[in-house]
Amino acid sequence: MEEYLLKVDKVQTVFKTGKGEITSVEEVSFQLKPGQTIGIVGESGCGKSVTSLSIMRLLGKHGYVKNGSILFNGKDLAKISEAEMREIRGNEISMIFQEPMTSLNPVFTIGNQMMEGIRLHMKLGKKEARNYAIEMLNSVGIPRSEAIMNEFPHALSGGMRQRVMIAMALSCRPRLLIADEPTTALDVTIQAQILELMKKLRSQSNTAIILITHDLGVVAEMVDKIIVMYAGQVVEEADVFTLFDNPKHPYTKGLIGSIPHIETHQEDRLISIPGAVPSLQNMPTGCRFHTRCEFATERCLQEQPNLIQLDETGEHKVRCWLAEEEAYVSRENKEVFV
Amino acid sequence: MSLPTEIKIEKPSKERTGTPLLEINNLKQYYPIKKGIFSKTVGHVKAVDGLSLQIYPGETLGLVGESGCGKSTTGRAIVQLEKPSEGEIIFDGKNISNFTNREMRSIRTELQIIFQDPYSSLNPRKRIGDLLSEPLLFHKLATPSEAKKKVEDMLEIVGLPKSYRNRYPHEFSGGQRQRIGIARALILNPKLIVCDEPVSALDVSIQAQVLNLLKDLQNEFNLTYLFIGHGLGAVKYISDRIAVMYLGNIVEIAKTEEMFKNPKHPYTLALLNAYPVPNPHLRGRQRIVLEGDVPSPANPPKGCKFHTRCPIAQSKCREEVPVLTGVHHSVACHFPIN
Ligand SMILES: Nc1ncnc2c1ncn2[C@@H]1O[C@H](COP(=O)(O)OP(=O)(O)OP(=O)(O)O)[C@@H](O)[C@H]1O
Ligand SMILES: Nc1ncnc2c1ncn2[C@@H]1O[C@H](COP(=O)(O)OP(=O)(O)OP(=O)(O)O)[C@@H](O)[C@H]1O
Ligand SMILES: [Mg+2]
Ligand SMILES: [Mg+2]
Repeated sequence: MEEYLLKVDKVQTVFKTGKGEITSVEEVSFQLKPGQTIGIVGESGCGKSVTSLSIMRLLGKHGYVKNGSILFNGKDLAKISEAEMREIRGNEISMIFQEPMTSLNPVFTIGNQMMEGIRLHMKLGKKEARNYAIEMLNSVGIPRSEAIMNEFPHALSGGMRQRVMIAMALSCRPRLLIADEPTTALDVTIQAQILELMKKLRSQSNTAIILITHDLGVVAEMVDKIIVMYAGQVVEEADVFTLFDNPKHPYTKGLIGSIPHIETHQEDRLISIPGAVPSLQNMPTGCRFHTRCEFATERCLQEQPNLIQLDETGEHKVRCWLAEEEAYVSRENKEVFV
Repeated sequence: MSLPTEIKIEKPSKERTGTPLLEINNLKQYYPIKKGIFSKTVGHVKAVDGLSLQIYPGETLGLVGESGCGKSTTGRAIVQLEKPSEGEIIFDGKNISNFTNREMRSIRTELQIIFQDPYSSLNPRKRIGDLLSEPLLFHKLATPSEAKKKVEDMLEIVGLPKSYRNRYPHEFSGGQRQRIGIARALILNPKLIVCDEPVSALDVSIQAQVLNLLKDLQNEFNLTYLFIGHGLGAVKYISDRIAVMYLGNIVEIAKTEEMFKNPKHPYTLALLNAYPVPNPHLRGRQRIVLEGDVPSPANPPKGCKFHTRCPIAQSKCREEVPVLTGVHHSVACHFPIN
């Protein structure tokens, strides 16, 4: 199984709070090969960011990975020492956040911040680090890059800051890039620039990418495969074409039907999923989606479904009793007719 | 298992007839930029810079454009939250831009606004029932007992249980709060509602609920909307006509279908093109990616304001300001596409 760069297996992440532990992420699993891009989608609070922060081990004082493993290059990131993790963070794995201002330090110049990481991880001297930083800024399409090195973050526009963040994140040639809503705060024309840039860099360096977004348009444009999360769990996983053409989970179907596209006619009604996401403190028993699912049966109310494989390749997985029963029936039929 | 289906509602086609419900003529909104200890005005942010448009009874006019182009400023001027620096606003045949506060009060109820952020726009210390009945009592449109009845009816119309009137805003989800925002705007029986990005802050599956609701209410109460939006899909879904803004001006305005089939302004074309389509089969299509950022409205380019980013700009564009021309499909461009 050496071909996978990252294997996330049944990860459970919890936070300690005054009222005991709360579980933000429950049994999240997925794999990623070098050069592959995976998208994580789902409603606000479903655990997308916590999943990525679990990989980076940036969960703060109160959060930790309680169960499961995160194999990166054969090492379990949930188990290695903090010193080892620091070596990996910003070097082999780097991350871009939604709001670049929160991760750029306002009191240091762009040049200072870029050179710090480069000198630390690439062991370059001051002059070489500076030249390399300028080269990186050029590669992400920043004009006047030498002058920008001496600017402070607030002097740059949102799109420019995000490009600086990308230049920083990619400067140590990471093998894995985690991008948490990298374009959500940007305008569509600037978003288009950033997405094109990420595609270019991906093809040049074979970096694997985890792309977190709530925008299914961005997902359709960028990723190879998708995991759909609901209330802290993966409810469906498939390659991007299968997920859009043949979604199996009622939540995924609702999600795809509820986006007005350019091709949606005005007379059409959007599919809407009734109700709202349950809170972590108040998870329903059985299938977590049953409170909003129009197909829910008695079994869905009682028993929690597992994430099961739907096809022989094991690429399409779903957590739903109905899909599981349907798959079972069609497999039975095949055996009868073949 | 099949997709959850919903009934199609035939919407009578809304032709623009007769006199506009709202007419904006040459609206300017300049904000002073102050500097130094004497707060000397050193320049102006030209947020809206000579904008004209008409909105006809019963229609939805969509307003799109990049962040900072003046959409919200236009919306605020319409509902008279700010006095414009220049220009007139004619509502229902009356020039309201120079109304006194007392005169304004008489039409206050007819012009309402729904804001983007359902969190900050509701007073957290008031119960929903009080939030909704207050304007009725203030404008002496109902006795307390009539108001209570009206609040209950209104909650029902926007799809919330009557008993919710005793709750506080923090007890609701984003989608529910936005429904409350809509109920508050609707309870005064307005003619025109400015919807300033009413779904942008919501999850996709919840956006669909709110968009469907806005459409149903429009049909039921013959409302007229100005719908300000970021997501092109949502704007297309709800609007009869669309106006595209760039740096304080309208650059193109046309019927929705026409705008998507036949955009004439290079900026409109680029904007339509930059929007990621939620269909993986369409990825990798030729895209026009605009270079650079939106210029500052404090110091807009001369001539056509778009010329600094326009792929087909010529010398005329750098000197002469193009005027919005055309009856059914208007465009402000010296060299419109086809
Ligand atoms: N430090 C923390 N302490 C306690 N709970 C937390 C913490 N961080 C996140 N959570 C909870 O974990 C859940 C998952 O949060 P997460 O940030 O992963 O959501 P998300 O899917 O990224 O949502 P969004 O789309 O809004 O960014 C949420 O219910 C959140 O409140
Ligand atoms: N009260 C104010 N004082 C000074 N400048 C302002 C004020 N309100 C708005 N502006 C400026 O006017 C311009 C237009 O702002 P506006 O909020 O109308 O943009 P918008 O199109 O609604 O953008 P968004 O899509 O981000 O909501 C911006 O440059 C903004 O910074
Ligand atoms: Mg998040
Ligand atoms: Mg705005």
